[in-house]
This record gives sequence, structure tokens and C-alpha cells, in this order.
Amino acid sequence: MQKKTYLSCIGIFWILLAGRAQQHSRADLLIKNAKVLTITNGLLENTDVLVRDGIIRQIGSDINVPGQVPTIDASGKYLMPGIIDAHSHLALEVINESSSPITAEVRMRDVVDPFDVGIYRALAGGTTVSHAMHGSANAIGGQNVTLKHRYGTRDPENLVMKDAPRTIKFALGENPTRVHGRGKNLQPRSRMGVEAVIRNGFEEALQYKKAWEEWHESEENKEKLMVPPVYNSRLETLVDILEGEIIIHCHSYRADEIYMLIQVCREYGIDKIVFSHVNEGFKVAPELAKYTMGASVFADWWAYKFEVYYSTAYNAAILTKNGVITSINSDSAELIRHLYHEAAKTQRYGELTDEEALALITINPARQLGIDHLVGSIEVGKQADLVLFDGHPLSIYAVPQMTWIDGVKYFDRENDAADQRLKVNAEESLEPIYLHTEHHNCMRDVDFYFTGFGRNLFQHSH
Amino acid sequence: MKKYLVTTAIYSLLLKSALMAQIDGNVVKPYKADLLLQNADLYTITQGVLEDTDLLIKEGKIAAIGKDLSPQNYQVLDCSGKLIYPGFIDGGTSLGLVEVNSLPETQDYMELGKLTPQMQALTAVNPNAVAIPVTRVSGVTTVFTQPRGGYFPGTAALIQLNGYTPDQMDAGFRAVIMNFPSAAKSGSYDSRTEETIQKEAEKKRDEINDMLDKAANYLAIKEKGGELQYYPEMDQLSRVLSGNVPLFIEVNAAGDILDAIEWVKERELDVVFTGVAEGWKVADKLAESEIPVITGPVLSLPARQSDRYDVSYTNPGMLHKAGVRLALRTQDAENVRNLPFHAGFAAAYGLGVEEALKAITIHAAEIFRVDDKLGSLEVGKSATLFIADGDPFEPKTQVSQVFIDGYRIPMTNRHIRLYQEFLDREMKPSE
Repeated sequence: MQKKTYLSCIGIFWILLAGRAQQHSRADLLIKNAKVLTITNGLLENTDVLVRDGIIRQIGSDINVPGQVPTIDASGKYLMPGIIDAHSHLALEVINESSSPITAEVRMRDVVDPFDVGIYRALAGGTTVSHAMHGSANAIGGQNVTLKHRYGTRDPENLVMKDAPRTIKFALGENPTRVHGRGKNLQPRSRMGVEAVIRNGFEEALQYKKAWEEWHESEENKEKLMVPPVYNSRLETLVDILEGEIIIHCHSYRADEIYMLIQVCREYGIDKIVFSHVNEGFKVAPELAKYTMGASVFADWWAYKFEVYYSTAYNAAILTKNGVITSINSDSAELIRHLYHEAAKTQRYGELTDEEALALITINPARQLGIDHLVGSIEVGKQADLVLFDGHPLSIYAVPQMTWIDGVKYFDRENDAADQRLKVNAEESLEPIYLHTEHHNCMRDVDFYFTGFGRNLFQHSH
Repeated sequence: MKKYLVTTAIYSLLLKSALMAQIDGNVVKPYKADLLLQNADLYTITQGVLEDTDLLIKEGKIAAIGKDLSPQNYQVLDCSGKLIYPGFIDGGTSLGLVEVNSLPETQDYMELGKLTPQMQALTAVNPNAVAIPVTRVSGVTTVFTQPRGGYFPGTAALIQLNGYTPDQMDAGFRAVIMNFPSAAKSGSYDSRTEETIQKEAEKKRDEINDMLDKAANYLAIKEKGGELQYYPEMDQLSRVLSGNVPLFIEVNAAGDILDAIEWVKERELDVVFTGVAEGWKVADKLAESEIPVITGPVLSLPARQSDRYDVSYTNPGMLHKAGVRLALRTQDAENVRNLPFHAGFAAAYGLGVEEALKAITIHAAEIFRVDDKLGSLEVGKSATLFIADGDPFEPKTQVSQVFIDGYRIPMTNRHIRLYQEFLDREMKPSE
């Protein structure tokens, strides 16, 4: 009996080890005669793109390679870099750790769910990278994780984009004040309180840092050796923010709260900050341009709650024309499937050029996630995350045909089977039907606090 | 000298009034205009595309269509290189019934109780909802706005997106809404067993049958001239049974659609199905039933995890191919302006541009029984139309002018005014 247990333990160990050791794949690929939307170098007609071991090695005409390289004839089709979503909650088991106004210690990397069929649906819309974020319940939420949509793996670590820098979620306005102030009678109850919570957090982190510095100094002087401070992963994270090692992505809507956090960050010497949603960003566009890493906005969402009532669908255009690094994000398992269409809306609302509109879903979100040296454009040396469309991606009639990550094909409209679930519950004979709900996730896992605050909060709670 | 004095007096008066004015800026209001739209490509919908053709708007109607109509006394708008379409019709929204969706104080689309068919959406439509001007500049001129919740949440109304009172907005069509009780498992939070789900659905369907049986009695008494007490619920349902008010049934899961088809047949009702998310699975049966369908939103997730990723995009095309009469809806309030994009996606994924256009113009008008005045560019119909510089499904196309019942609609709204104010802010951050 004991021996049996021992053997099965070894078995499990090897399975775990095999899973860990499994590296995500990279592949070779040659795409011929495409119209290449490079993003950083204009549109190249009739162009070949050669990928070796997951990296774009050559862009040119009549590229020929010896040996067997999978080759795609893309005549008449448009090739663009994989679409990047700077605000998503895809592939996450849970979203909010709403137990405190500051939860900087929690990591979304620990709750990545590789079985979310939403990953495949995002790929089918050309989205290859998403920023899987903590929710917006807390003024300072958890640490986010940047994912590459390598659907098919059962190991969450294979989805993680390991060369992406650390990021963290902040949130201002109605959500943290509702969850903590109204829900639990805790600060913050107002936008004043949100500022106070963030400042208190930063000050505590500075004291914590000082305590460790003093202890390290005392280490060198054996006679005055002090008791070391208690390790605190929440404060460790806040110190890392203050030292510029973590990019802040802040859920925000109103101009006043955006301006507040800009001021606080300037005071504490933080310049790595991106504002997310930022529906009233257009009102403080010059400030966003001058002091931040920009704004990640919705194309046209508004009026679902009071703090987005004074919005404009021209937000992305105003921000872009004021020199703000601007991206369009989804925050939704539905929108992430057609971010190319969301970007196209900026041509109706503000007449952005093709280049400006496409940058909103490629190189700009890459810059905001600190991965623009790796992805976000079709350039030699970059990772081969690519999407092939049958028409120009900003046209309503464009249909994504194939999607690659690191040169590996993860979506093929012609050849993929309909049912893409990786895991099916054998006991469940009746499959649930989802009807236009549960798309929007910023406040998932905190619906408990909404009882009595109106029945639509769950549906509309970004 | 005298002249100088008079001029000075006038100037000082003007200056005085300018200084004393407390209000800046001009308000643009909709106004009725007789107008000759010259040299446009007319997408008539019912008679193909008429290139380089004139269209005369007179007293709210399309008075003439033809080449080289003489301007006579009409104001002329040169539309060379422009395209003209009939106003788009959204087959299902809550536009005007909600202002800010998270604030219960501003939600007027849901009453208490399961049986409230007499609740009139038109009563609660706010003609000054900020979303109305936001919507209509996109070319969406007409929407079906409906209550929700319960079995019979109320009576929906087709409205024109212009007017100061609900009556002025009334486009002349009402329908009682019904939610067909579903025997499907609804989302991941539904922890009921298969058996419970089935039982509960049957119980609810029995309740609805009881309500309709009661309404049938009510109708019989009414028709025989019997004396009836005030019973507005039954009164409205009896209008459905007598065929005076059509019934719109919301039904989405494939099994529910089949059940609903049978149920409608048994009860001999005049109905339209709405939602119909899984219609593609039972498209032939739907076509056979000849029940018209208003489907959408097209830009939505598939109903099931196991579904192909694009079923919401392809559903309208598959329904059309099977022979189902079809209109589209956004099921939205603040973003009804996206109707052309929903139609565009349906077009790209199998419905085709021509059919997608019909689904949000003439086919919708037919389902709403207003095809004598809306849904196409034809002489005698309402001048509810718009001018665009390209394909209205394409995001980059600009809509330059909208007309609703001959009213020239101001091409502005709060989104546009905020753009104008903030594009280039006067005060910039200092160093």
C-alpha cells in the first residue's frame, strides 16, 4: 500500500516535471506576397516575411529558403502584427481580491486558466497578447500578468509572456469607493479617500524601505546589529513601484481622479503609469501626454455608469492628436475578438489615419506594457506574432484567416474544428447557455458587495 | 451728422446687448425643410441603386425621385459623389428608457410583476435622452424600444429619433413583449439539475397558458358585450388574442425555439421571434413556421462554450439562407449607433451586403408593418433618410446629414461637442 502511494507520487512528480519542462514552441514560417502592415514602416505591397525559430528574420520580396519551411501564399491578403490588448481579464480563475483597499501582494500569474476557450476566440480575432489584469475593486490591486495566447497548453506558465515587465493594477473612482466605502464602511468612501489610501500606501512603503536600509547598514556594523524588519510582500511590491520596476495600469474614468494620480505620481517620482478606460482622459490630454505612458481606452463605451456619462467616442482621437500614447482595449471577452473593428471606429469618430488607428492595437499597447522591443510591429528581430486578414483589417468586411504566435499557427479559419474546448465536464449533460451577459469582468468576484445597489451592476461593472 | 448719431446709437445698443448677454453660442434645432437633394447615388433598397439622381423632400415626404428634377422654389443641396440611404431601423433596443444603466433611478424599462403587458414603453421614453442625438447622427433613425423582465413585461413601441413628446416620436407600431420560459441552463451560475430546469420551465409555461386562457375568457366576454371590471393586464392580452396587437416572443436556445414554434401553432398566435441566438441550429424549422425573426446582437459571444467562435456573426446569414424573414437588433441603449456595424459583420459572415441592408431597412419596416412609410427610398414614403460619403457599414464613412420625417437633424450631440471643446485645449500644463 505504502509502496503503491510512493510509486504514484513519483508518477505525479514526473508528470509535473514534464509539464514544467515543456517549453512553448517556436517555428519557422514563410509568408509570401502579402500586403504587410508593418505599423512602424508603413504598408509594404507584395512582400514576403520569413520567420526562423519564432523570430522575424527577413522582410522583402522573393525570399527563397532552402529546405522545408511551411509556406503560406498570402496573395491579396493583409498581414499585420498580432493584436495586443492592454486591458483584459481573459484566462483568469479569479479577478478581484477585494479584502483590502491595497492588495499589491497578489499576483494574477497564480490564477491563469489555460482552459478558457475565450483565448481561442481572441486568437480568432487576431489578438495574440493580452494583459490579464486584477479587477478594479481596490485602489491598489494585484499584480497583472501579460499573456501570449498559446492556446492548447495545459500548463498556465506556457501562456505567460516571460520577457514582459511587471505591471500592477490601480483603480480610482466608483469601484473602490463602492466596494470598500459603501460595501464595508472602510476608506475609501470618496475620491478624496482614494488619494489618501494611495499616499498612505506609498508612505508606508518608504518607511519599510528605510527600515530595511537601516538594518542592512547595521549588518555591516556587528556591534549595533538590529532586529530585521518583518518581511511584507505588499510593501515590497509598493517599494518596487516607487523604484520604477513595475508599470502602473490604473482603472480610471474622470478627469479629476486622473489628474490626482498624475500629481501623486509626480510627487513620488513615478513615471511608469498608464491610465486605463480613462473615458474623460480627453479633458486632461495635455497632462497625460506630458507626464504618463498614455491612455488605454474603449472605442465607444459610455453611459453604463455615472462616471462615464460625460464621455465621447472621440476620446481616442483627441488623445492621439494631443500626443498621448493611446491604445484601445477590450476589458471584455466579446470585444477582444474584434479589436481591429474597435480601432476602426476612431476613423468614424475623429478620422484617424490607417497608421494611427492600427497603432492603437499594436505598437502603442506594446509600449504601455513595456514589450514594444519584442512585439507590436512587423520588424526583423521581433517575435513572429502575426495575423492574416482577407481584407484591410480596418474594413468592416475583413475576416481574420490565420493567427500565429512565435511562428506557430494557433488559428486557421478554414481548417479548425468548431468545438475548441480543452476540457469538458463529463458529468455535465446539459451545457449552459450564456446570453449577452458575463462579458464584462472588471468587478467579477465582488458581486457580493452589490446587493441592494441595483440589479445591473453585474452586467455593467467595468 | 444725424446719420452718424443714429449709427452710434445702434452700435452702442448692439454693444450693450452683447455685453449684457448671459448666454453664448448657437443652438441648432431640427427644422422641417423642403429640399432638393441633387446628383446622389440613391440606395433605394427596393429599386436598386439609382446613380446620379435627385430626390425631393417636401412636407416631410419623398415627393419625387428622378434625373434632373427642376429646383423651382426649392433649396438645393448638392450631393455629388454622395450616397443616400433610407434611415436604418434597429429591431430591439431600450433607447430612451434608460439614461445611465447602473443607476436604478434612470432605468425605466422594467416594472414589478410577471404580468404587466399594459405597461407602455412609449410613456417612459425620454425624448431628451442624451443617447438619442448620439444615435441618430449615425443614420439610425428609427428604433423599436422595449420593456423587459417577467413573462409579459409590457408593450414596446417603434419610435422615430426626433420629437419633443413621445407622440411626436411615435412611428405607429406597438407590440406586446413576451419572454418564452427557457428550458436551458442559463450560464455558469445556474446550479439547477437538468430535471429541475425542465420542471421549472414547464411550470412557467403553464402559468403563461393560464394567463392566456384567462385573457381568452376576457375577450369572449368583451366580444359578447358583457360587463367587465377594470383589468388592464387582461385587456391588453385580449388585444393580442384578437389580433389587434402583435406578440413579440423573446426566445434564444434551440430547444426553446422548437418548443415556441409548437406552442405558437397550438395557440394560433400572430408572433415575431426575437433574439433567436441559436436560430442557426433550427433554421429550417424556423423557415417552415414562417415566423419572422429579429436577431442580434451580432457582435456578441456564442451562446455555448462548444460553439464555433463566429456563430453570432454567421447566425443571420444562416437564417436567411434557410428562408427566414429577418431583421436585426443591437439590444443596446447608448450604443445603438453601432447597428450599421452589427449589420456589417452579419454581411461579412454570410448574409451579404444587400440582405444586411434590407434587414435594417425594408425587412424591419415590414415586420413592424410600417413599410408603407419607412424602409426604402420611394415616392410617397417618409423622408427619413441620410446622406453618407461611402458605404455606411464601413467605420471610416462619415454621415453628413440625417433627415427624419423631413426634419433636417442637427449633426451634433454631446460626444461631438466635447470633441470640439477639448481637441485643442486652450490652457496647457505649465513647466
